[in-house]
Amino acid sequence: MPDSIPANSVGLVTPLLMQFDDPLTLACGRTLDSYQLMVETYGTLNASRTNALLICHALSGHHHAAGYHSMEEHKPGWWDAYIGPGKPLDTNKFFIVSLNNIGGCHGSTGPVTQNPSTGQPWGGDFPALRVRDWVHSQARLADALGIQKWAAVVGGSLGGMQAMRWSLEYPDRIGHCVVIASAMKLSAQNIAFNHAAREAILTDPEFHDGNFLSHSTLPKRGLSTARVIAHLTYLSDDGMGQKFGRELRSGSFAQGTEEPVEFQIESYLRYQADSFSNVFDANTYVLMTRALDYFDLAREYGDDPVEAFKQAQCKYMVISFTSDWRFSPERSREIVNALIRADRDVVYGELESDFGHDAFLIPNQPRYWDLLTSYMSQIEVAD
Amino acid sequence: MRIDHKIILDWVEPNSRVLDLGCGDGSLLKNLTASKQIHGYGLEINSENILQCIANGVNVIEQDIDEGLGDYDDQSFDLVIMSQTIQTMMYPERTLEEMLRIGRQVIVTFPNFGHWKARVQLALHGRMPVSDLLPYEWYNTPNIHFCTFRDFEHLCSDLKVKTLNREVIGGDGMASFFQKLHPNLFAATALYRITKGDL
Repeated sequence: MPDSIPANSVGLVTPLLMQFDDPLTLACGRTLDSYQLMVETYGTLNASRTNALLICHALSGHHHAAGYHSMEEHKPGWWDAYIGPGKPLDTNKFFIVSLNNIGGCHGSTGPVTQNPSTGQPWGGDFPALRVRDWVHSQARLADALGIQKWAAVVGGSLGGMQAMRWSLEYPDRIGHCVVIASAMKLSAQNIAFNHAAREAILTDPEFHDGNFLSHSTLPKRGLSTARVIAHLTYLSDDGMGQKFGRELRSGSFAQGTEEPVEFQIESYLRYQADSFSNVFDANTYVLMTRALDYFDLAREYGDDPVEAFKQAQCKYMVISFTSDWRFSPERSREIVNALIRADRDVVYGELESDFGHDAFLIPNQPRYWDLLTSYMSQIEVAD
Repeated sequence: MRIDHKIILDWVEPNSRVLDLGCGDGSLLKNLTASKQIHGYGLEINSENILQCIANGVNVIEQDIDEGLGDYDDQSFDLVIMSQTIQTMMYPERTLEEMLRIGRQVIVTFPNFGHWKARVQLALHGRMPVSDLLPYEWYNTPNIHFCTFRDFEHLCSDLKVKTLNREVIGGDGMASFFQKLHPNLFAATALYRITKGDL
């Protein structure tokens, strides 16, 4: 918990639950007659409404991107290191909007909320989602907030996919698209990891085809294993080596004993997975990984990303991290190359980092800070 | 504006698509955008320069040119520029060939190692030249493939390249008189506009 709120924090924030009553037809063909989005905002929308910035969250993210909900909160929002007054995403300049996407489990309409037609939680019956469904729901959120055009849409990983989709679906409603540690589509290896994670959940006897809430159970073991599998892909070999090495948490290798040992890395992964499975919903995890797997930026543009990006009008910033093997710099270079071929404006930074895919969330990376700061500060907003 | 930038500006067609290899702080691309309405991209590896490019509103791609330019399509740019950078390349010949593949025209500028001051330092002192223009010692210089104008022209003829323009700079008064007389001896910097294709 913070003893005091740091000066460059957005401070105490209160999420806002917003109701939408226009039916939203999803890519899968089904319709949500109404839905709710849990939203947080930081900074102030200016008179010309030109300084709004949308933050899209990644796989297990949510609306709480910066600041604290209370003085009792252990950690600030997930991107607090880079959002706030004087920070790269400067709340003195921008009005920043962050939300929990549909299908999420942190207050927005999703598998844990009530299906109005049954009065029961949606559970396994929640409709399948695509990235574009989130983008459409975010466009309605913009309408509701009186924002015609985002100064920028920013996202890492799955959030970067939303940012790119924004640039194609609503080209006149986005000024800048910031894509961090992302890709235009998943590789077979990425899909394989997601499959393994989903299998852990789907085969948990407590899962009950996703209707575990009505069975009063939770597939915690499956979700924990899914989280461990995913977590491994977010870290790098070097980073893990530096942080944990082969250090033991308990036991020893002394001969003549069968006492079991536990490595520090095992203990860390178990702890992280346990905490995750206490706060995250298994159906949301399945839904979001499927949306990741299905995402293919260029599918409807003849599988040609150049054709896809020709639809866009905004400027792009693309950032990758050298030790990210889940969405390696190669994947970002594919985005950049397509943008150059499509004659779009783009800035690309390839940052040295040991933090793997998670690097985009990690504080105190000076080059990351500098790059974001210089790019965001040249974005023009009226008064 | 730097005099070499001014010369380059005169050589660039309006509305060209330009790739600037080793674009530095992006000021050349910025000038070209302002006065010739080009659409350009710069490649750069120095992080300070990259920040300057962003501040200059220039498209900059963090990329090590020595690792190859295979991502760029044949003849996909009207113009590929390499200003004061070719002497730092691991394989200057390969880089030049790549530039001629990617760009319909190529502009290369480089410091002249045949300049009299360099020759004097090497001849009299037996040491690698250090000057205002080349302020490095042999062991810490990024410049690993120096050439003289004559050397560069040799390479161009080996690659069957047509020279469209050549300018030399780096002197005023008497020096500028001599550099017209014997550029390889008296000019500090050369600028070439070359092409492989039909004119």
